[in-house]
Amino acid sequence: MASLLKVAQVSKSFRGLRALNDVSLDVAERGIAALIGPNGAGKTTLFNVIAGVFPPDAGSVRLDDADITGRRPNSICHSGIGRTFQICRPFSQMTVLQNVTVAALRGSATVEAARTAARACLEMLELDARATQHAANLTLPDRKRLEVARALATGPRLLLLDEVMAGLRPSETDRMVATLRQLRDETGLTILLIEHVMRAVMALSENITVLHHGEKISEGPPETIVRDPAVLECYLGDQDP
Amino acid sequence: MDFWTLTNAVASGLLIGLVYGLSALGLSVIFGVIRIVNFAHGEIMVMGMFFALVMFRWLGMDPLLSVPLAAGLMFVFGYVLQRVVVSRVSHLPEHMQFLLLAALAIMIVSALLLIFGPDAQGVEVDYAWESFAFGELIIDYPKMFAAIAAVIVASLLLAFFKYTTTGKAIRACADNRMGAQVVGLNVDRLYALTFGIGAACLGAAGAIILLLFEVHPYLAPGYTLLAFVIVIIGGLGSLFGALVGGILIGVSEAIAAILFQPSMKTAFSFGLLILVLLLRPQGLLGKAAR
Amino acid sequence: MTSLRLFFDPLAPAGLWLGGAFFLLLLLLPYWGGSYVMTVATTVFYLALIGQSWNLMLGFAGLLSIGHALFVGIGAYTAAYLFAAIGLPPIVGVLPAVGLAVLMGLLIGYLGFRFAIGGVYFALLTIAFAEFVRVMIDHASWLGATEGFFLKVTEADRHSVDLVNLRGTPEMYYYLIMALALGALVLCRYLLHSRLGYYWQAIRDDAEAADALGVDVLRYKMYAVAISAGMAGVAGVFYAFYQNSLFPEIVFNIERSIEATLGSIVGGVGTLFGPIFGTFILTPLGEIVTEAIDLLKHWQVIDPETRLDGLKLLIWGFIVVLIVLFKPRGLWPWVCGRLRLIRTEAES
Repeated sequence: MASLLKVAQVSKSFRGLRALNDVSLDVAERGIAALIGPNGAGKTTLFNVIAGVFPPDAGSVRLDDADITGRRPNSICHSGIGRTFQICRPFSQMTVLQNVTVAALRGSATVEAARTAARACLEMLELDARATQHAANLTLPDRKRLEVARALATGPRLLLLDEVMAGLRPSETDRMVATLRQLRDETGLTILLIEHVMRAVMALSENITVLHHGEKISEGPPETIVRDPAVLECYLGDQDP
Repeated sequence: MDFWTLTNAVASGLLIGLVYGLSALGLSVIFGVIRIVNFAHGEIMVMGMFFALVMFRWLGMDPLLSVPLAAGLMFVFGYVLQRVVVSRVSHLPEHMQFLLLAALAIMIVSALLLIFGPDAQGVEVDYAWESFAFGELIIDYPKMFAAIAAVIVASLLLAFFKYTTTGKAIRACADNRMGAQVVGLNVDRLYALTFGIGAACLGAAGAIILLLFEVHPYLAPGYTLLAFVIVIIGGLGSLFGALVGGILIGVSEAIAAILFQPSMKTAFSFGLLILVLLLRPQGLLGKAAR
Repeated sequence: MTSLRLFFDPLAPAGLWLGGAFFLLLLLLPYWGGSYVMTVATTVFYLALIGQSWNLMLGFAGLLSIGHALFVGIGAYTAAYLFAAIGLPPIVGVLPAVGLAVLMGLLIGYLGFRFAIGGVYFALLTIAFAEFVRVMIDHASWLGATEGFFLKVTEADRHSVDLVNLRGTPEMYYYLIMALALGALVLCRYLLHSRLGYYWQAIRDDAEAADALGVDVLRYKMYAVAISAGMAGVAGVFYAFYQNSLFPEIVFNIERSIEATLGSIVGGVGTLFGPIFGTFILTPLGEIVTEAIDLLKHWQVIDPETRLDGLKLLIWGFIVVLIVLFKPRGLWPWVCGRLRLIRTEAES
């Protein structure tokens, strides 16, 4: 299958500290891929480079063969990448529906059309009952769902999900896994997720990339990854899985 | 314009600039630590001026002798203000903090107006018209003494932040509030201390500047603006930047006053401000964002 | 009619009735109020117009301006100068006046937002520019400098109704500013529910998240500054032809800028009706304090000779401090909740 996202030899340093070192990563069209690794491995940094928060020092990011390296976040969004934030960033004084409408406005001619599209996204994430609530009053699981709904409403081809299952109870995690899989199957979306919840990673992803100290140490289908000694060592050696 | 006119203007601007710098230091300390822009800045400074005026009228005290007293009094004022009022709005958005301090500023000006009236009043010290002369460079005693006093107070402040435990603790708060709390620092008390110290700078600067200029309540907003310009030029939150910015503004105002009309000098400082923002938006000594 | 219904949609019956009655009272004001009440009411609507302009920037888009007098003043001086110099009637002169105010707003916005250094810089820049322009006009003899810039008014002017040249009776000015203030309300309502409004609120709440959702943050911030400055410019044109005298010391005074913010903050930043509501409380309150002081002097409770220059502002400042400390979201949301003026769970 053709790759939708191609990250090639990306490096990024902060004040001399290497956060990413020569990382390459491909995500297949309509695939679900995961990015795992211990805390501080550079996962969120890689997301930020892809999403345009800061440009890489070296390397390139291509979406469907178009070079999007170093573009600004809003431009990256327009090129078809939606993202969530690890720490939820809802527009707290707006309602849930308004939050998602902001995102849906990108692909809609009128505000009314955007609201309709936003409602559809809310339904998909089972948030429709919360539509008129202020985002500031949501519970953590609902905030996570709102993050996903918002990213989804921008009409992306690729969805970057940063720990949307952290802090969720197992039953909620299962619900989110089911929702994401359904999304992919129904809309043909490609998903790249950062996740610590192994249960979700194993259930969802077809391909896993493992980062450690800013470097890619392993890559492959879940069955291979769990048996890779390098991965085991980095997890068991550094911290609890 | 000949060489000596210019040299005299630069020298006098430099000396006044040091006092401006001390005042801006007060703004920078508070913003750097508490992250609040003190819109009552000029008002607190003018309170210091009036205090020194009263001391001069009652006891015939030289404004320079009032400096420690004015600093102490404003320290208490700032400490209580932060503890009782400002700390309550720390969780509110920026504009509410602005409004609170702006309202306090209006109250201070109004109260001063009620007590002292709107007319300009000054002090006349014995050495008001005496001066040093180095060739054709002439330096008035008051300006000289004011600058020396400002440098002493500023050095004490910088030394406090560098060497004392409390000063270090305050710097820790500025770097990372949460971290400071985690290691057991009493952040609320340190914030109140910081506001007190910032206000003390202003009290001192006010008493010092009374040696040079007459005081009236409506002077306050002008000093607030001046300090804003200085800290933006020097870099918000940079202590040394505030001093450098103060000198820069003092000198440029003095040059503007002889090149154009004296009343055009503020326009000149704003020109400088815009220039700095275009070329180096984080200020001369500020750190770049992120 | 549908648009009108849509406009009042969030109002509950109590709000509709109360608001309607209040509106009627104001509409008939020239018939029941004296010239003093008319002057106060004209001031209220004038401040409500500026307040709404300021609220659009801060309440909708999260941009704090503390130099709003700048935009008002530029509008005032431009229209007044063009009228005096080349006889351009203000109804046309409002265009270059607004244009200049918008340009100034865009310049400040560009300087302040370009590097995304944070809100404080933009706020300080607005006040710095206001002061800069004041000093410039202080020295512009062609604008009257500190001596002031005056527009000629003839006795006949005071009895005419000439909307083209903005010459006429107090009633004309009253209805004009009322129409402008209510027009601003309609505009704000419209903008808030448009694409702009959604983007502004998103930027206000979290600019980085808005950026990630494809919102061109810089561009929409600039729109907010431009529209707000333009509205303030319109208010300035009104001011020039209502007062017929402009002094840089008065027009660009920091107190004018603070005044512009007070009504909105007392009423409730970010709410639609807050700025108007707040102004309707604050301005009359100020007048009442002044009157009360005069009365006390009249009754010899206070020695009539005492100068109480600062007392009014002292009390005013104190009230603002109390509101910030105890009702930081403003009085309008609170009153709405108490009197059920607005439908709860209003999905807007």
